[in-house]
Amino acid sequence: MKRHLLSAADLTRDDAELVLSTAAELRSLADRPIKKLPALRGRTVVNLFFEDSTRTRISFEAAAKRLSADVINFSAKGSSLSKGESLKDTALTLEAMGADAVVVRHGASGAPHRLAHSGWVRSSVVNAGDGTHEHPTQALLDAFTMSRHLGQGKTGSLDGRRVAIVGDVLHSRVARSNALLLATLGAEVTLVAPPTLLPVGVDSWPVETSYDLDAVLPKADAVMMLRVQRERMHGGFFPTAREYSRRYGLDGRRMATLQDHTIVMHPGPMVRGMEISAEVADSDRSVIVEQVTNGVAVRMAVLYLLLGGAQPGGEE
Amino acid sequence: MCAQPAPEDTTGRVVLDARDIARALTRISHEILERNKGAGDLVLLGIPSRGVPLAERIAERIAAVEGYDVPTGSLDVTMYRDDLRLKPARALLHTEIPEEGIDGRTVVLVDDVLFSGRTIRAALDALNDLGRPRAVRLAVLVDRGHRELPIRADFVGKNLPTSLVERVKVTLAGIDDVDAVTIHGEAGAPVGEAR
Repeated sequence: MKRHLLSAADLTRDDAELVLSTAAELRSLADRPIKKLPALRGRTVVNLFFEDSTRTRISFEAAAKRLSADVINFSAKGSSLSKGESLKDTALTLEAMGADAVVVRHGASGAPHRLAHSGWVRSSVVNAGDGTHEHPTQALLDAFTMSRHLGQGKTGSLDGRRVAIVGDVLHSRVARSNALLLATLGAEVTLVAPPTLLPVGVDSWPVETSYDLDAVLPKADAVMMLRVQRERMHGGFFPTAREYSRRYGLDGRRMATLQDHTIVMHPGPMVRGMEISAEVADSDRSVIVEQVTNGVAVRMAVLYLLLGGAQPGGEE
Repeated sequence: MCAQPAPEDTTGRVVLDARDIARALTRISHEILERNKGAGDLVLLGIPSRGVPLAERIAERIAAVEGYDVPTGSLDVTMYRDDLRLKPARALLHTEIPEEGIDGRTVVLVDDVLFSGRTIRAALDALNDLGRPRAVRLAVLVDRGHRELPIRADFVGKNLPTSLVERVKVTLAGIDDVDAVTIHGEAGAPVGEAR
């Protein structure tokens, strides 16, 4: 593994399989009376969140604490960040406090990369979502969830499995990270979205694209629904929410066309009635709650693999 | 835990062959039963990777004698090792605790080679997080001496006096090709139970 986790593209197939098999071992920890391992005793993990988040921040916090690391939470609201402090000055503060890893979420694409490569901090940097760019630990937990359901017994192998990622791909860091990672693991990814919500340059991604959800669903082994990110939209990407929902939403009628083993996923937060109906979200096919559980195990695996051993020779 | 997929080195001196190993395990199984006054309340936990098939073989022998299946599992100690920070992060091995748990039972830890004792120290810490056994015993196929901690084995297949530059290698059918314990001379790279 490299010293930072900034992009799903940084992970080779071996790296990704190592994370997933480590996560598989760590998942059993949740069933034990003492949910704690000593691997990161004395290490400090800083959660640096410039954007709102519940799931990801809590998940990283639980992961770090279960590995016995000290956790410092740092969110934009209620800190000097809201007074206009720059990323650089925040980073220097973290460095002075002796952080071993910085988990960063930022509204600007590339902020974690800047933090990792600017020389401001010596710690490992984990990207917990940057703008519309990437969210690699989400992709890892999605791949982990898929491999548990579709993996044919071997953790990490998704060879030949068909995954449909549906919705607001343009604004989705989850879609980009998933497309890259799932291709690395051998899955065939199809992005389904209206033309206005597919990013420029999508033809260079290792994926197929489609505008027709009904044609893609019967072939998929996993369907991942994305939230329409209204807060990032400045313009008309589709006429009305109702029309979007009718063409690209997953409801009971569409769910009936899926294969028996197909699972339905959502990275959260979901908007019921928009991209996914309540009937689907609460159905047996839905693994949305399990994704959250798996998120802790996967993030433990990432933190352990980045911080658990000897730090590779200081500078990169 | 000295037996690692090291560079192929077949020049080692064979100390125990398959039949010696089989006899040693049979004796250990009987000693465990004798000491424990039966198989009740026993739990066998192998330390990966080669402690696990050893634990399973001991369980088979106990089943043959007592007609009772002893709960058997594996206990990975990677995260409890004292040399965790000295090397890059290692892949975890499989931990599987039998459904019955370990509370109030007699746990027999099973490993291939007892050397510095550091692996067993880590295993005791790991057990501590899993429950409270009534007693913990240690069974090893080979005790090669050179302890660095106050730890001893209760059941030993063979005491093997070695020098520190030698390397003891255990191969077991199932993981490797054949059952054998060999000693390799100074050719081997770093000597160590600790991986």
